[in-house]
Amino acid sequence: MRNSRVKAKPPKTEATGNATDVVLELRLYVAGQTPKSLIALKNLKKICEEHLQGRYRLHVIDLVKTPQLAQDDQILAIPTLVRNLPQPIRKIIGDLSDTQRVLVGLDLRSQAK
Amino acid sequence: MARASKRTKTVAASRAFPQLKKSPSGIAGFDEITGGGLPTGRPTIVCGGPGCGKTMFAMEFLIRGATEFGEPGVLMTFEETGEEMSRNVESLGFNVQSLVDKKKLFLDYVRIEPSEIQETGEYDLEGLFVRLQHAVESVGAKRVVLDTVEAIFSGFGNAGMLRAEIRRVFRWLKDHGLTTVITAERGERTLTRYGLEEYVSDCVVSLDHRVNDQISTRRMRIVKYRGSSHGTDEYPFLIDKKGFSVLPLSSIRLDHKVSKDRISSGIKDLDVMLEGRGFYKGSSILVSGTSGSGKSTLAAHFANESCRSGKRALYIAFEESSAQVTRNMRSVGINLGQYIKNGLLEFHAWRPSQHGLEMHLLRIHDLVDEFRPQVVIVDPITNLISANLNEVHAMLMRLLDFLKDRQITAMFTTLTANRGAEEQTEVGISSLTDTWILLRDLELNGERNRCLYVLKSRGMAHSNQIREFALSRMGVRLLPAYVGSGTVYTGSARLAQEARERAESLREQQQLEEKRKEFSVKRNVLESQIAALRSKLSSGESEFARLTRQRNERQQRLALDREEMGKIRGVTRDNQGVNS
Repeated sequence: MRNSRVKAKPPKTEATGNATDVVLELRLYVAGQTPKSLIALKNLKKICEEHLQGRYRLHVIDLVKTPQLAQDDQILAIPTLVRNLPQPIRKIIGDLSDTQRVLVGLDLRSQAK
Repeated sequence: MARASKRTKTVAASRAFPQLKKSPSGIAGFDEITGGGLPTGRPTIVCGGPGCGKTMFAMEFLIRGATEFGEPGVLMTFEETGEEMSRNVESLGFNVQSLVDKKKLFLDYVRIEPSEIQETGEYDLEGLFVRLQHAVESVGAKRVVLDTVEAIFSGFGNAGMLRAEIRRVFRWLKDHGLTTVITAERGERTLTRYGLEEYVSDCVVSLDHRVNDQISTRRMRIVKYRGSSHGTDEYPFLIDKKGFSVLPLSSIRLDHKVSKDRISSGIKDLDVMLEGRGFYKGSSILVSGTSGSGKSTLAAHFANESCRSGKRALYIAFEESSAQVTRNMRSVGINLGQYIKNGLLEFHAWRPSQHGLEMHLLRIHDLVDEFRPQVVIVDPITNLISANLNEVHAMLMRLLDFLKDRQITAMFTTLTANRGAEEQTEVGISSLTDTWILLRDLELNGERNRCLYVLKSRGMAHSNQIREFALSRMGVRLLPAYVGSGTVYTGSARLAQEARERAESLREQQQLEEKRKEFSVKRNVLESQIAALRSKLSSGESEFARLTRQRNERQQRLALDREEMGKIRGVTRDNQGVNS
């Protein structure tokens, strides 16, 4: 798996100030193409499409290629999904198979209802 | 240089245990008790309660490895940040940042914040491996420290997974041939809280920090060392400004240099008892005695004499302050103040209860290292005795060895109880010392007198006499005590005995005088008798002479008469015979 930016639909205008309009900056950390990582990416894409149409930017970071980032971003568990923006930073670990918990982790649960 | 020393050390270790390679930790004393250090390429668990020095041990292992043995290291901490860690060891004189800059050390702080983390489904700790691998590769590490890896148990919920992962980490470290120290908290009943010792079975070191009688001591024990013999005792250790040091007791070899030089005791009479030349240089002298028997005075004489002859002396007092000793010794004519002033005498007084034993030992070590004395006096060692006599014994043995190794003449005073065997010191160090001077109070006739004798002095024909030990304003004098029929007379008893002897000799003299007079009278009598006899003899002689003379005269007259007659008859003398 390469470090790749998964292009979502272009974000909506950010001037509305509405919480739902805030763009989420997400990073998924994986270490090589392990089954867990592939499942996580699949789950994440699905969640994003269902709940965050256009309101996110996603980077997939392969730590095998850029191991330095594991230290810099304090990654221990694999896979880890990090929400860098908006603050505060949130971390979700695991294969993201529990959608509800992912939404809670991303602080999106209220919108997810 | 560092590599060379490492090689020699591992060679030495492998000769003893050919199957196991060891990496020296560089920690003073630890490599001695483990016969070379930690198992190379294998993980070692260092466990203990909070504040026992686990992290310090691990840090020193890493830093010494990087600086002294040319083995770069990785520090992965789970509780403290890299900056905190480097600040912690900065107080020990290690500059972590410069090692990091030189790529000899790699710090990675693994921050675990459970509140930030949401778990959704399956995961593993591959990130840890990525980080470890990256760290090891970026400095070419040979050593790794995982400081309290158990912290991950608080950060993640899936204990089964965590155990599997930790097992994998240890496997990984072994496969990569990394000499690793893993620190772990002590558990309730187990060595470590999460049973890490189950995974690491090569070497387990347990650290302990306990408080006895309000004095804390740190202990180390090698619980397990697979494939290697090791010291199994609990070894005291301490952490001070020079780092971690273990005090091995049994591994000290007896191979000190010895000197034939002598050093005066400062008391002429005592030197005379020691072949007239005093102690051996670099020997250890024990002065034991009951309280008030003059131990400190003896010690002060020795210090005074050493300084007088230009030697540096270190005086460690556990009972009196410097000023007090100086004042008191002035009363016996010793001026220690002048030597303190000119720097030959260094005086250190502190309370025995101030530290634990190890700290005392270390403090003396440090003082000796700084001041480089030729003479060390500890007055008295008795006060160091805490609950455990064995500990004191061991500590003193180490101190003696240390001083002997440096050719420092050491004098210890020790207090013996008034009752009981005086030949037995309470700390039982008499067997460790070379010369043992016993001061003893003898109570007799309502007074108490000090006696001194040399109980033993290795390597010299010392006097076997008991001397009376007299303190005066001019210092100590040893009087030859009166010895007769197994009794020693001292003080007034000695004076009385001497008076008795004087009376006896006077009486003898008087008797002699009488005899002499008697004899002179006798001689006079005899002489007068001789005179009488002689006069008798001389009168006899003169009688005899007179008779002789008369006879001669008579014969002459007869001859004359005969001639006359012949003339008258006309007969010559020639035919006289024919006619008759």
